[in-house]
Amino acid sequence: MQAIAFYLFSTVAVIAGTLVVFAKNPVHSVLWLILAFFSTAGLFVLMGAEFLAMLLMIIYVGAVAVLFLFVVMMLDIDFAELRGSVAQYLPLGLAIGVVLMVELTVGFAAWTGLERDAIEASAVYGTTNAHALGAVVYTKYVYAFQAAGLILLVAMIGAIVLTLRTREGVRKQDVWAQMQRDPKTAVELKDVRPGQSL
Amino acid sequence: MNDGFWTFLIILGQCLAVMIAVLISLAFLLYMDRKVWAAVQLRKGPNVVGPFGLLQSFADFLKFVMKEIVIPAGADRTVFLLAPMLTFVLASIAWVAIPFAEGWVISDMNVGILYLFAISSLGVYGVIMGGWAGNSKYPFLGGLRSAAQMVSYEVSIGFVIVCVLLMVGSLNLSDIVHAQAGAGVLSWFFLKQPVMFIVFFISALAETNRPPFDLPEAESELVAGYQVEYSSTPYLLFMIGEYMNIVMMCALTTILFLGGWLSPIGVGHGLFWFVLKVVFCFFMFAMVKAIVPRYRYDQLMRLGWKVFLPLSLAFVVLTAGWMKIFDIQPWAYTEKAHEMGRGAMIIEAPAATKTEDS
Repeated sequence: MQAIAFYLFSTVAVIAGTLVVFAKNPVHSVLWLILAFFSTAGLFVLMGAEFLAMLLMIIYVGAVAVLFLFVVMMLDIDFAELRGSVAQYLPLGLAIGVVLMVELTVGFAAWTGLERDAIEASAVYGTTNAHALGAVVYTKYVYAFQAAGLILLVAMIGAIVLTLRTREGVRKQDVWAQMQRDPKTAVELKDVRPGQSL
Repeated sequence: MNDGFWTFLIILGQCLAVMIAVLISLAFLLYMDRKVWAAVQLRKGPNVVGPFGLLQSFADFLKFVMKEIVIPAGADRTVFLLAPMLTFVLASIAWVAIPFAEGWVISDMNVGILYLFAISSLGVYGVIMGGWAGNSKYPFLGGLRSAAQMVSYEVSIGFVIVCVLLMVGSLNLSDIVHAQAGAGVLSWFFLKQPVMFIVFFISALAETNRPPFDLPEAESELVAGYQVEYSSTPYLLFMIGEYMNIVMMCALTTILFLGGWLSPIGVGHGLFWFVLKVVFCFFMFAMVKAIVPRYRYDQLMRLGWKVFLPLSLAFVVLTAGWMKIFDIQPWAYTEKAHEMGRGAMIIEAPAATKTEDS
Protein backbone atom coordinates (compact mmCIF):
# COMPACT_ATOMS: atom_id res chain seq x y z
CA MET A 1 0.00 0.00 0.00
CA GLN A 2 2.82 2.38 0.94
CA ALA A 3 4.70 1.41 -2.20
CA ILE A 4 1.66 2.19 -4.36
CA ALA A 5 1.28 5.57 -2.69
CA PHE A 6 5.00 6.29 -3.09
CA TYR A 7 5.00 5.51 -6.80
CA LEU A 8 1.79 7.48 -7.31
CA PHE A 9 3.13 10.59 -5.59
CA SER A 10 6.60 10.42 -7.13
CA THR A 11 5.26 9.82 -10.65
CA VAL A 12 2.85 12.73 -10.33
CA ALA A 13 5.64 14.92 -8.94
CA VAL A 14 8.00 14.11 -11.81
CA ILE A 15 5.34 14.50 -14.51
CA ALA A 16 4.10 17.76 -13.00
CA GLY A 17 7.67 19.01 -12.71
CA THR A 18 8.28 18.29 -16.38
CA LEU A 19 5.07 20.00 -17.39
CA VAL A 20 6.07 23.12 -15.44
CA VAL A 21 8.79 23.57 -18.03
CA PHE A 22 6.89 22.41 -21.10
CA ALA A 23 3.42 23.89 -20.54
CA LYS A 24 2.60 26.50 -23.20
CA ASN A 25 0.72 28.83 -20.88
CA PRO A 26 2.69 30.25 -17.92
CA VAL A 27 -0.39 30.12 -15.70
CA HIS A 28 -0.67 26.40 -16.42
CA SER A 29 3.02 26.12 -15.52
CA VAL A 30 2.35 27.56 -12.08
CA LEU A 31 -0.63 25.24 -11.62
CA TRP A 32 1.59 22.24 -12.48
CA LEU A 33 4.16 23.56 -10.01
CA ILE A 34 1.47 23.56 -7.32
CA LEU A 35 0.65 19.94 -8.17
CA ALA A 36 4.37 19.10 -7.86
CA PHE A 37 4.51 20.76 -4.41
CA PHE A 38 1.41 18.86 -3.41
CA SER A 39 2.82 15.46 -4.38
CA THR A 40 6.06 16.28 -2.58
CA ALA A 41 4.03 16.97 0.55
CA GLY A 42 2.49 13.52 0.07
CA LEU A 43 5.98 11.99 -0.10
CA PHE A 44 6.89 13.74 3.16
CA VAL A 45 3.84 12.22 4.84
CA LEU A 46 4.91 8.76 3.64
CA MET A 47 8.32 9.33 5.26
CA GLY A 48 6.63 10.10 8.57
CA ALA A 49 7.51 13.79 8.40
CA GLU A 50 3.93 15.05 8.62
CA PHE A 51 5.00 18.36 10.17
CA LEU A 52 7.26 19.21 7.21
CA ALA A 53 4.53 18.13 4.80
CA MET A 54 2.04 20.54 6.36
CA LEU A 55 4.60 23.36 6.40
CA LEU A 56 5.29 22.76 2.72
CA MET A 57 1.57 22.99 2.02
CA ILE A 58 1.00 26.11 4.11
CA ILE A 59 4.06 28.09 3.03
CA TYR A 60 4.78 27.02 -0.53
CA VAL A 61 1.36 26.01 -1.80
CA GLY A 62 -0.72 28.34 0.35
CA ALA A 63 1.34 31.51 0.15
CA VAL A 64 4.33 31.48 -2.20
CA ALA A 65 2.61 29.83 -5.16
CA VAL A 66 -0.40 32.13 -4.74
CA LEU A 67 1.92 35.10 -5.23
CA PHE A 68 3.54 33.39 -8.25
CA LEU A 69 0.11 32.89 -9.76
CA PHE A 70 -0.79 36.45 -8.88
CA VAL A 71 2.22 37.84 -10.74
CA VAL A 72 2.10 35.47 -13.72
CA MET A 73 -1.60 36.10 -14.33
CA MET A 74 -1.00 39.81 -14.64
CA LEU A 75 1.95 39.50 -17.02
CA ASP A 76 1.33 40.58 -20.57
CA ILE A 77 3.74 38.51 -22.62
CA ASP A 78 3.81 37.26 -26.16
CA PHE A 79 3.82 33.51 -25.61
CA ALA A 80 4.87 32.66 -29.18
CA GLU A 81 8.00 34.78 -28.86
CA LEU A 82 8.78 33.16 -25.54
CA ARG A 83 8.55 29.69 -27.09
CA GLY A 84 11.04 30.56 -29.79
CA SER A 85 13.78 31.47 -27.35
CA VAL A 86 13.78 28.12 -25.53
CA ALA A 87 16.82 26.88 -27.49
CA GLN A 88 18.69 29.99 -26.46
CA TYR A 89 18.21 29.35 -22.75
CA LEU A 90 18.50 25.56 -22.85
CA PRO A 91 22.30 25.32 -22.22
CA LEU A 92 22.08 27.67 -19.23
CA GLY A 93 19.14 25.75 -17.78
CA LEU A 94 20.89 22.43 -18.25
CA ALA A 95 24.05 23.80 -16.59
CA ILE A 96 22.05 24.94 -13.54
CA GLY A 97 20.35 21.55 -13.41
CA VAL A 98 23.68 19.71 -13.46
CA VAL A 99 25.12 21.94 -10.71
CA LEU A 100 22.05 21.30 -8.54
CA MET A 101 22.32 17.56 -9.16
CA VAL A 102 26.00 17.50 -8.18
CA GLU A 103 25.35 19.57 -5.06
CA LEU A 104 22.56 17.28 -3.94
CA THR A 105 24.70 14.19 -4.55
CA VAL A 106 27.59 15.63 -2.54
CA GLY A 107 25.21 16.73 0.19
CA PHE A 108 23.61 13.32 0.60
CA ALA A 109 26.99 11.56 0.44
CA ALA A 110 28.17 13.69 3.36
CA TRP A 111 24.98 13.04 5.32
CA THR A 112 26.49 10.79 7.95
CA GLY A 113 23.45 10.59 10.12
CA LEU A 114 24.78 12.83 12.87
CA GLU A 115 22.30 15.45 11.74
CA ARG A 116 19.41 13.06 12.09
CA ASP A 117 18.72 14.16 15.65
CA ALA A 118 15.14 15.13 15.01
CA ILE A 119 14.29 11.85 13.31
CA GLU A 120 16.09 9.85 15.99
CA ALA A 121 14.50 11.78 18.82
CA SER A 122 11.01 11.25 17.47
CA ALA A 123 11.73 7.54 17.03
CA VAL A 124 13.34 7.08 20.45
CA TYR A 125 10.92 9.07 22.55
CA GLY A 126 7.87 8.16 20.53
CA THR A 127 6.71 11.76 20.24
CA THR A 128 5.32 13.53 17.24
CA ASN A 129 7.89 15.05 14.95
CA ALA A 130 6.68 18.56 15.72
CA HIS A 131 7.79 18.03 19.33
CA ALA A 132 11.05 16.39 18.27
CA LEU A 133 11.85 19.15 15.79
CA GLY A 134 11.15 21.80 18.41
CA ALA A 135 13.46 20.11 20.88
CA VAL A 136 16.34 20.22 18.39
CA VAL A 137 15.75 23.52 16.60
CA TYR A 138 15.44 25.66 19.73
CA THR A 139 18.40 24.12 21.57
CA LYS A 140 21.14 22.63 19.47
CA TYR A 141 20.56 24.65 16.32
CA VAL A 142 19.36 27.82 18.00
CA TYR A 143 22.07 30.00 16.41
CA ALA A 144 21.37 28.69 12.93
CA PHE A 145 17.68 29.25 13.61
CA GLN A 146 18.28 32.83 14.75
CA ALA A 147 20.52 33.47 11.76
CA ALA A 148 17.83 32.23 9.38
CA GLY A 149 15.31 34.52 11.05
CA LEU A 150 17.70 37.46 10.77
CA ILE A 151 18.31 36.81 7.07
CA LEU A 152 14.56 36.75 6.45
CA LEU A 153 14.14 40.00 8.38
CA VAL A 154 16.89 41.69 6.35
CA ALA A 155 15.34 40.40 3.11
CA MET A 156 11.95 41.72 4.18
CA ILE A 157 13.27 45.15 5.04
CA GLY A 158 15.23 45.18 1.80
CA ALA A 159 12.11 44.40 -0.22
CA ILE A 160 10.18 47.15 1.55
CA VAL A 161 12.96 49.71 1.02
CA LEU A 162 13.25 48.79 -2.66
CA THR A 163 9.56 49.11 -3.41
CA LEU A 164 8.60 51.99 -1.13
CA ARG A 165 8.07 55.26 -2.93
CA THR A 166 6.52 58.39 -1.56
CA ARG A 167 4.34 60.21 -4.03
CA GLU A 168 3.41 63.83 -3.95
CA GLY A 169 -0.16 64.97 -3.94
CA VAL A 170 -1.66 61.80 -2.49
CA ARG A 171 -4.47 62.49 -0.06
CA LYS A 172 -3.97 60.05 2.75
CA GLN A 173 -6.66 59.30 5.27
CA ASP A 174 -5.83 59.57 8.92
CA VAL A 175 -7.90 56.75 10.33
CA TRP A 176 -7.73 58.00 13.89
CA ALA A 177 -8.88 61.50 12.91
CA GLN A 178 -11.73 59.95 10.93
CA MET A 179 -12.90 57.87 13.82
CA GLN A 180 -12.89 60.93 16.09
CA ARG A 181 -15.42 62.73 13.89
CA ASP A 182 -18.93 63.07 15.25
CA PRO A 183 -22.04 64.96 14.09
CA LYS A 184 -21.17 67.94 16.29
CA THR A 185 -17.95 68.73 14.47
CA ALA A 186 -18.86 67.43 11.04
CA VAL A 187 -22.35 68.80 10.46
CA GLU A 188 -23.57 72.32 10.85
CA LEU A 189 -27.29 73.01 10.87
CA LYS A 190 -28.39 76.19 9.15
CA ASP A 191 -31.81 77.63 8.97
CA VAL A 192 -32.28 78.88 5.43
CA ARG A 193 -35.19 81.26 5.02
CA PRO A 194 -37.20 81.30 1.78
CA GLY A 195 -35.78 83.75 -0.74
CA GLN A 196 -32.45 84.01 1.02
CA SER A 197 -29.12 82.35 0.52
CA LEU A 198 -26.50 81.39 3.08
CA MET B 1 -10.81 -10.79 2.58
CA ASN B 2 -8.05 -9.40 4.77
CA ASP B 3 -8.23 -6.77 7.49
CA GLY B 4 -6.92 -3.99 5.29
CA PHE B 5 -9.95 -4.27 3.03
CA TRP B 6 -12.37 -4.03 5.95
CA THR B 7 -10.51 -1.04 7.39
CA PHE B 8 -10.77 0.58 3.97
CA LEU B 9 -14.52 -0.11 3.84
CA ILE B 10 -15.05 1.26 7.35
CA ILE B 11 -13.12 4.45 6.58
CA LEU B 12 -15.08 4.84 3.33
CA GLY B 13 -18.32 4.43 5.28
CA GLN B 14 -17.25 6.99 7.86
CA CYS B 15 -16.30 9.47 5.14
CA LEU B 16 -19.65 9.00 3.41
CA ALA B 17 -21.55 9.37 6.68
CA VAL B 18 -19.74 12.61 7.58
CA MET B 19 -20.12 13.95 4.05
CA ILE B 20 -23.87 13.28 3.92
CA ALA B 21 -24.41 14.66 7.41
CA VAL B 22 -22.46 17.82 6.59
CA LEU B 23 -24.24 18.35 3.27
CA ILE B 24 -27.72 17.89 4.74
CA SER B 25 -27.02 20.16 7.70
CA LEU B 26 -25.58 22.64 5.21
CA ALA B 27 -28.95 22.80 3.44
CA PHE B 28 -30.64 23.80 6.68
CA LEU B 29 -27.83 26.18 7.71
CA LEU B 30 -28.27 27.95 4.36
CA TYR B 31 -31.97 28.24 5.13
CA MET B 32 -31.09 29.57 8.59
CA ASP B 33 -28.69 32.11 7.07
CA ARG B 34 -31.43 33.49 4.85
CA LYS B 35 -34.02 33.45 7.64
CA VAL B 36 -31.74 35.35 10.04
CA TRP B 37 -30.90 37.84 7.34
CA ALA B 38 -34.57 38.28 6.53
CA ALA B 39 -35.54 38.67 10.19
CA VAL B 40 -33.01 41.46 10.69
CA GLN B 41 -34.46 43.29 7.68
CA LEU B 42 -38.06 42.66 8.82
CA ARG B 43 -38.80 40.36 5.88
CA LYS B 44 -40.21 36.85 5.98
CA GLY B 45 -37.47 35.09 4.05
CA PRO B 46 -38.06 31.78 2.27
CA ASN B 47 -41.47 30.47 3.35
CA VAL B 48 -43.04 28.77 0.32
CA VAL B 49 -41.33 25.42 -0.34
CA GLY B 50 -42.21 22.90 2.37
CA PRO B 51 -43.37 23.73 5.91
CA PHE B 52 -41.97 27.18 6.89
CA GLY B 53 -39.93 27.06 3.68
CA LEU B 54 -37.66 24.39 5.18
CA LEU B 55 -37.14 22.68 1.82
CA GLN B 56 -36.07 25.87 0.03
CA SER B 57 -32.40 24.79 -0.19
CA PHE B 58 -33.36 21.49 -1.86
CA ALA B 59 -35.51 23.34 -4.39
CA ASP B 60 -32.57 25.67 -5.11
CA PHE B 61 -30.32 22.65 -5.52
CA LEU B 62 -32.65 21.15 -8.14
CA LYS B 63 -32.89 24.49 -9.90
CA PHE B 64 -29.11 24.80 -10.19
CA VAL B 65 -28.60 21.24 -11.39
CA MET B 66 -31.31 21.49 -14.08
CA LYS B 67 -29.82 24.60 -15.67
CA GLU B 68 -27.48 24.67 -18.64
CA ILE B 69 -23.74 25.00 -18.08
CA VAL B 70 -22.57 28.07 -19.98
CA ILE B 71 -18.85 28.36 -20.69
CA PRO B 72 -17.64 31.69 -22.10
CA ALA B 73 -16.04 31.49 -25.56
CA GLY B 74 -12.67 32.91 -24.50
CA ALA B 75 -12.44 30.80 -21.35
CA ASP B 76 -9.77 28.26 -20.52
CA ARG B 77 -12.22 25.34 -20.34
CA THR B 78 -10.17 22.95 -18.19
CA VAL B 79 -9.21 25.47 -15.54
CA PHE B 80 -12.69 27.00 -15.71
CA LEU B 81 -14.32 23.69 -14.72
CA LEU B 82 -11.49 22.64 -12.42
CA ALA B 83 -11.85 25.71 -10.17
CA PRO B 84 -15.31 24.97 -8.69
CA MET B 85 -14.46 21.28 -8.30
CA LEU B 86 -11.27 22.22 -6.44
CA THR B 87 -13.19 24.56 -4.13
CA PHE B 88 -15.72 21.86 -3.33
CA VAL B 89 -13.19 19.05 -2.83
CA LEU B 90 -10.92 21.14 -0.60
CA ALA B 91 -13.89 22.27 1.48
CA SER B 92 -15.03 18.66 1.98
CA ILE B 93 -11.67 16.99 2.73
CA ALA B 94 -11.09 19.35 5.66
CA TRP B 95 -13.80 17.50 7.61
CA VAL B 96 -11.73 14.33 8.12
CA ALA B 97 -9.73 16.02 10.87
CA ILE B 98 -12.66 17.51 12.82
CA PRO B 99 -13.39 15.71 16.10
CA PHE B 100 -17.20 15.79 16.43
CA ALA B 101 -17.14 14.14 19.86
CA GLU B 102 -14.75 12.15 22.04
CA GLY B 103 -13.06 9.79 19.57
CA TRP B 104 -15.50 10.65 16.76
CA VAL B 105 -12.94 11.66 14.19
CA ILE B 106 -12.02 9.96 10.92
CA SER B 107 -8.31 10.80 11.07
CA ASP B 108 -6.98 11.73 14.51
CA MET B 109 -3.76 13.08 13.06
CA ASN B 110 -0.96 14.62 15.09
CA VAL B 111 -0.83 17.74 12.94
CA GLY B 112 -4.61 18.19 12.70
CA ILE B 113 -4.61 21.94 13.19
CA LEU B 114 -1.86 22.43 10.61
CA TYR B 115 -3.79 20.24 8.19
CA LEU B 116 -6.89 22.42 8.54
CA PHE B 117 -4.76 25.54 8.21
CA ALA B 118 -3.15 24.17 5.05
CA ILE B 119 -6.48 23.15 3.51
CA SER B 120 -8.08 26.49 4.26
CA SER B 121 -5.10 28.30 2.73
CA LEU B 122 -5.51 26.19 -0.41
CA GLY B 123 -9.08 27.42 -0.72
CA VAL B 124 -7.82 30.56 -2.43
CA TYR B 125 -6.92 28.56 -5.54
CA GLY B 126 -10.52 27.84 -6.44
CA VAL B 127 -11.24 31.56 -6.34
CA ILE B 128 -8.16 32.76 -8.19
CA MET B 129 -8.40 30.04 -10.87
CA GLY B 130 -12.10 30.68 -11.34
CA GLY B 131 -11.44 34.39 -11.65
CA TRP B 132 -8.70 33.96 -14.22
CA ALA B 133 -10.20 31.17 -16.34
CA GLY B 134 -13.32 33.12 -17.30
CA ASN B 135 -11.11 35.53 -19.30
CA SER B 136 -13.24 38.41 -18.20
CA LYS B 137 -12.57 41.64 -16.29
CA TYR B 138 -14.80 41.52 -13.21
CA PRO B 139 -14.04 37.91 -12.26
CA PHE B 140 -10.32 38.61 -12.64
CA LEU B 141 -10.47 41.62 -10.34
CA GLY B 142 -12.46 39.54 -7.84
CA GLY B 143 -9.89 36.75 -7.99
CA LEU B 144 -6.98 39.12 -7.39
CA ARG B 145 -8.73 40.83 -4.49
CA SER B 146 -9.49 37.49 -2.94
CA ALA B 147 -5.90 36.24 -3.28
CA ALA B 148 -4.49 39.28 -1.50
CA GLN B 149 -7.20 39.22 1.16
CA MET B 150 -6.94 35.54 2.03
CA VAL B 151 -3.14 35.55 2.17
CA SER B 152 -3.23 38.60 4.48
CA TYR B 153 -5.68 37.21 6.98
CA GLU B 154 -4.07 33.78 7.05
CA VAL B 155 -1.09 35.38 8.77
CA SER B 156 -3.08 36.59 11.75
CA ILE B 157 -5.07 33.32 11.90
CA GLY B 158 -1.73 31.52 12.09
CA PHE B 159 -0.61 33.59 15.08
CA VAL B 160 -3.94 33.13 16.85
CA ILE B 161 -3.55 29.38 16.43
CA VAL B 162 -0.01 29.62 17.84
CA CYS B 163 -1.42 31.37 20.95
CA VAL B 164 -3.79 28.46 21.54
CA LEU B 165 -1.11 25.88 20.78
CA LEU B 166 1.20 27.42 23.39
CA MET B 167 -1.39 26.56 26.03
CA VAL B 168 -2.09 23.10 24.62
CA GLY B 169 1.36 21.88 23.66
CA SER B 170 0.01 19.63 20.90
CA LEU B 171 -1.13 20.08 17.31
CA ASN B 172 -3.81 17.41 17.68
CA LEU B 173 -7.37 18.79 17.52
CA SER B 174 -8.72 16.31 20.09
CA ASP B 175 -5.95 17.37 22.49
CA ILE B 176 -6.97 21.00 22.06
CA VAL B 177 -10.48 20.09 23.20
CA HIS B 178 -9.19 17.87 26.04
CA ALA B 179 -7.07 20.78 27.26
CA GLN B 180 -10.27 22.80 27.80
CA ALA B 181 -11.90 20.18 30.01
CA GLY B 182 -12.31 20.87 33.71
CA ALA B 183 -14.48 23.62 35.14
CA GLY B 184 -17.10 23.62 32.39
CA VAL B 185 -17.47 26.89 30.54
CA LEU B 186 -14.90 28.59 32.78
CA SER B 187 -11.96 26.60 31.41
CA TRP B 188 -12.71 27.15 27.73
CA PHE B 189 -10.08 29.11 25.89
CA PHE B 190 -12.29 32.03 24.88
CA LEU B 191 -12.05 33.24 28.49
CA LYS B 192 -8.28 32.79 28.64
CA GLN B 193 -7.71 34.39 25.24
CA PRO B 194 -10.64 36.79 24.74
CA VAL B 195 -8.78 39.14 22.41
CA MET B 196 -7.49 36.33 20.22
CA PHE B 197 -10.99 34.87 20.12
CA ILE B 198 -12.33 38.09 18.58
CA VAL B 199 -9.37 38.42 16.20
CA PHE B 200 -9.89 34.83 15.07
CA PHE B 201 -13.61 35.36 14.50
CA ILE B 202 -13.07 38.48 12.40
CA SER B 203 -10.20 36.88 10.47
CA ALA B 204 -12.43 33.87 9.82
CA LEU B 205 -14.99 36.22 8.26
CA ALA B 206 -12.28 37.63 5.99
CA GLU B 207 -10.83 34.22 5.18
CA THR B 208 -14.21 32.90 4.01
CA ASN B 209 -15.04 36.06 2.03
CA ARG B 210 -18.06 36.76 4.18
CA PRO B 211 -19.53 40.22 4.63
CA PRO B 212 -18.22 42.72 5.73
CA PHE B 213 -15.15 41.41 3.89
CA ASP B 214 -16.88 40.08 0.74
CA LEU B 215 -14.80 42.30 -1.54
CA PRO B 216 -14.06 39.46 -4.01
CA GLU B 217 -17.76 39.17 -4.81
CA ALA B 218 -18.90 42.69 -4.02
CA GLU B 219 -22.10 42.89 -6.02
CA SER B 220 -22.15 46.68 -6.19
CA GLU B 221 -18.71 46.92 -7.82
CA LEU B 222 -17.87 43.56 -9.38
CA VAL B 223 -21.39 42.15 -9.97
CA ALA B 224 -20.51 38.84 -8.31
CA GLY B 225 -16.72 38.86 -8.57
CA TYR B 226 -15.11 35.60 -9.54
CA GLN B 227 -18.51 33.89 -9.85
CA VAL B 228 -19.83 36.14 -12.65
CA GLU B 229 -19.17 33.71 -15.51
CA TYR B 230 -20.40 30.63 -13.66
CA SER B 231 -23.81 29.07 -14.01
CA SER B 232 -25.61 25.85 -13.11
CA THR B 233 -23.68 23.07 -11.33
CA PRO B 234 -20.24 24.76 -11.34
CA TYR B 235 -21.80 27.74 -9.60
CA LEU B 236 -23.54 25.40 -7.16
CA LEU B 237 -20.18 23.78 -6.34
CA PHE B 238 -18.68 27.21 -5.67
CA MET B 239 -21.56 28.11 -3.39
CA ILE B 240 -21.58 24.82 -1.47
CA GLY B 241 -17.79 25.00 -1.13
CA GLU B 242 -17.99 28.52 0.22
CA TYR B 243 -20.65 27.63 2.80
CA MET B 244 -18.77 24.47 3.76
CA ASN B 245 -15.71 26.63 4.44
CA ILE B 246 -17.83 28.90 6.61
CA VAL B 247 -19.17 25.98 8.64
CA MET B 248 -15.60 24.64 8.81
CA MET B 249 -14.44 27.93 10.31
CA CYS B 250 -17.35 27.75 12.79
CA ALA B 251 -16.23 24.23 13.76
CA LEU B 252 -12.64 25.44 14.13
CA THR B 253 -13.75 28.34 16.35
CA THR B 254 -15.71 25.84 18.41
CA ILE B 255 -12.72 23.54 18.81
CA LEU B 256 -10.13 26.23 19.48
CA PHE B 257 -12.08 28.52 21.78
CA LEU B 258 -15.47 27.09 22.76
CA GLY B 259 -14.46 23.69 24.07
CA GLY B 260 -15.54 21.48 21.15
CA TRP B 261 -17.83 18.70 22.36
CA LEU B 262 -17.48 19.63 26.06
CA SER B 263 -20.62 20.58 27.92
CA PRO B 264 -20.68 24.01 29.62
CA ILE B 265 -21.72 22.49 32.97
CA GLY B 266 -18.99 19.84 33.04
CA VAL B 267 -21.18 16.73 32.60
CA GLY B 268 -22.89 15.17 29.58
CA HIS B 269 -20.29 15.90 26.92
CA GLY B 270 -21.11 14.86 23.40
CA LEU B 271 -22.00 15.57 19.81
CA PHE B 272 -25.02 17.66 20.85
CA TRP B 273 -22.85 20.42 22.33
CA PHE B 274 -20.53 20.46 19.34
CA VAL B 275 -23.42 20.94 16.93
CA LEU B 276 -25.03 23.55 19.17
CA LYS B 277 -21.81 25.58 19.34
CA VAL B 278 -21.26 25.36 15.58
CA VAL B 279 -24.82 26.56 14.97
CA PHE B 280 -24.25 29.41 17.43
CA CYS B 281 -21.08 30.47 15.58
CA PHE B 282 -22.94 30.26 12.28
CA PHE B 283 -25.69 32.43 13.75
CA MET B 284 -23.02 35.02 14.61
CA PHE B 285 -21.72 34.84 11.02
CA ALA B 286 -25.25 35.41 9.72
CA MET B 287 -25.85 38.32 12.07
CA VAL B 288 -22.62 40.01 11.02
CA LYS B 289 -23.66 39.62 7.40
CA ALA B 290 -26.99 41.26 8.13
CA ILE B 291 -25.73 44.11 10.31
CA VAL B 292 -22.28 45.29 9.18
CA PRO B 293 -21.67 47.34 6.00
CA ARG B 294 -18.92 46.30 3.58
CA TYR B 295 -15.33 47.41 4.17
CA ARG B 296 -13.42 49.42 1.61
CA TYR B 297 -10.46 47.55 0.18
CA ASP B 298 -7.73 49.71 1.76
CA GLN B 299 -9.50 49.51 5.12
CA LEU B 300 -9.52 45.73 4.81
CA MET B 301 -5.78 45.62 4.18
CA ARG B 302 -5.12 48.10 6.99
CA LEU B 303 -7.09 46.01 9.45
CA GLY B 304 -5.28 42.83 8.44
CA TRP B 305 -1.69 44.06 8.36
CA LYS B 306 -1.62 47.06 10.69
CA VAL B 307 -4.04 45.99 13.41
CA PHE B 308 -4.44 42.23 13.56
CA LEU B 309 -0.89 41.20 12.69
CA PRO B 310 0.86 43.30 15.41
CA LEU B 311 -1.90 42.49 17.90
CA SER B 312 -1.71 38.74 17.41
CA LEU B 313 2.09 38.82 17.34
CA ALA B 314 2.09 40.73 20.64
CA PHE B 315 -0.24 38.15 22.14
CA VAL B 316 2.03 35.28 21.09
CA VAL B 317 4.85 36.95 23.03
CA LEU B 318 2.54 37.81 25.95
CA THR B 319 1.16 34.27 26.21
CA ALA B 320 4.60 32.68 26.02
CA GLY B 321 6.04 35.19 28.52
CA TRP B 322 3.15 34.72 30.93
CA MET B 323 3.54 30.95 30.85
CA LYS B 324 7.30 31.25 31.34
CA ILE B 325 7.09 33.71 34.26
CA PHE B 326 4.42 31.81 36.17
CA ASP B 327 5.88 28.46 35.13
CA ILE B 328 2.65 27.16 33.59
CA GLN B 329 3.07 23.92 31.68
CA PRO B 330 1.22 23.40 28.39
CA TRP B 331 -1.59 20.89 28.77
CA ALA B 332 0.23 18.07 26.94
CA TYR B 333 3.01 18.10 29.57
CA THR B 334 0.71 17.92 32.60
CA GLU B 335 -0.03 14.74 34.53
CA LYS B 336 -3.64 14.82 33.45
CA ALA B 337 -2.62 14.44 29.82
CA HIS B 338 -0.31 11.56 30.63
CA GLU B 339 -3.11 9.80 32.51
CA MET B 340 -5.20 9.98 29.37
CA GLY B 341 -2.28 8.62 27.37
CA ARG B 342 -2.11 11.76 25.25
CA GLY B 343 0.77 13.51 26.99
CA ALA B 344 4.06 14.53 25.45
CA MET B 345 7.52 14.02 26.88
CA ILE B 346 9.98 16.79 27.44
CA ILE B 347 12.85 15.77 25.20
CA GLU B 348 16.33 16.51 26.39
CA ALA B 349 18.39 18.26 23.76
CA PRO B 350 20.75 15.86 22.00
CA ALA B 351 24.26 15.84 23.46
CA ALA B 352 26.15 19.02 22.66
CA THR B 353 29.32 17.10 21.81
CA LYS B 354 27.80 16.19 18.48
CA THR B 355 27.69 19.81 17.36
CA GLU B 356 31.40 20.07 16.71
CA ASP B 357 31.79 17.38 14.05
CA SER B 358 30.36 18.03 10.63
